[in-house]
Amino acid sequence: MRGLRIVALAAAVALAGCGDSSDPKPTVTVSAASSLKKAFEACAATLPREDVRFSFAGSDELAAQIRQGARPDLYAAANTKLPQQLASAGLLEPPVVFAGNRLVLAIPAGSHVASLDQLARPGTKVVVGEPGVPVGSYTRAVLGRLPAAQRQAILANVRSQEPDVLGVVGKLAHGAADAGFLYATDVVAASAQLRAIELPARLQPRVQYGIGIVKGTKHEAQAKAFVDSLTRGTCRQAMGKAGFEPPPG
Amino acid sequence: MRRLFGAGVIAALAVALAFLALPVVALFVDVGPGELLDSLDDQASLDALALSLEVTALALAIIVVVGTPVAWGLATRRFRGRSVVVTVLELPLVLPPAVAGIALLAAFGPGGLLGDALDSAGVQLVFQTAGVVVALVFVASPFYLRQAQAAFEALDPSLLEASRTLGAGEGRTFARVACPVAFHSLLAGAALAWGRALGEFGATLIFAGSLQGVTQTAPLAIFAGFATDLSGALALSVVLVAVSAAILLGIKLVARTRPAL
Repeated sequence: MRGLRIVALAAAVALAGCGDSSDPKPTVTVSAASSLKKAFEACAATLPREDVRFSFAGSDELAAQIRQGARPDLYAAANTKLPQQLASAGLLEPPVVFAGNRLVLAIPAGSHVASLDQLARPGTKVVVGEPGVPVGSYTRAVLGRLPAAQRQAILANVRSQEPDVLGVVGKLAHGAADAGFLYATDVVAASAQLRAIELPARLQPRVQYGIGIVKGTKHEAQAKAFVDSLTRGTCRQAMGKAGFEPPPG
Repeated sequence: MRRLFGAGVIAALAVALAFLALPVVALFVDVGPGELLDSLDDQASLDALALSLEVTALALAIIVVVGTPVAWGLATRRFRGRSVVVTVLELPLVLPPAVAGIALLAAFGPGGLLGDALDSAGVQLVFQTAGVVVALVFVASPFYLRQAQAAFEALDPSLLEASRTLGAGEGRTFARVACPVAFHSLLAGAALAWGRALGEFGATLIFAGSLQGVTQTAPLAIFAGFATDLSGALALSVVLVAVSAAILLGIKLVARTRPAL
């Protein structure tokens, strides 16, 4: 009984504490592609006036959540198609491109794969993103530029279609697979476990990241400040450090 | 006062029923019959459903065959460290599924503790249907073990004593007396474990991956479809709910028609 009273007292104090903070820092919620995780977290640490909360997942999952009624303040995707679709549906302000990236072939330490050609060898374990998630659709664009026989052989070696880049990183880092397609920045972020093999320029898709303010947000000024920081402020430096390319123009 | 409590119980029941049933009802409201039929035409959904039924049946068979004697042993024996053993066996109950998946990788994955041993024995689990079964057994077996152990502990000792004085050994007592008498409880435990296995998502995705027809069970297919094909994902969800409800109901009916000893 005494314990209960103490708990009740503590709860009352905690509640009172909440009420007292008359001017809390506004919290901006950002739904962001998993590949942005490290860069965005570093970026948020540089913003003095806003608390930024992130929800990281595959860009397609996040877009589906917004279509289903979820209302973050910002949506940042690993392509420009998904933000544009949300904008056309009236859910997002017109998106801007804020970064570029490259697709690479990622291999874990000890992998026998040393080049793209070896992916077609029977028995090679390859992991890719699902077709719906941007990394998966870029991967299919790359494979689509290969000769049909090579493409079929590589697809036959696909052992898992992961919902986002973190799934691909996890499978590679645990040595469960021999190679996977990731962004260059994912390999930078996991450089202790992974190594990147660059793709030939003729295979490289155009990887651009789009961000947009979700319509009806209560934190429009803070959301705008976050986007500005990405395109020309401290966050742009954090993005560069993480290996992202600056937006075109 | 007593009447007040009675009203409170009824109110709590109403709240619980509304809260637990509403999301399921919403699922059915969202899906038209046309979409339902379309989804049954979709090869990926069909593959996922068939795979789910296959792997959950295999996992349940392993859990029951191995788990029943284990539960019997724990219920009938007192030994040093018994509570530690029981706790270890129940640990998967409280592990987050993602942790279970990573733990399985760390144990049975190519770079895991038993990775080399399994590899030289020619056993592959990651990215294989067998890996899904392993994940399901890991997360679902405690549900059966707990229930079966409790069922055996609740048996009337005089029944077992009678079996023994009539000359039956422990094996015979277990098979001919304990299991039939505890049958209802064992069935309920099996149903719980099966339900947990059917809904398994995180450990499967992390340990076995997701590939249509090989490791993509119905929950994984639903997750994959949520972003790209919401109506298909909803329809598959409805089918999964219907199949689960039918099997649970079936088990309950079987349990009712078979008289207790």
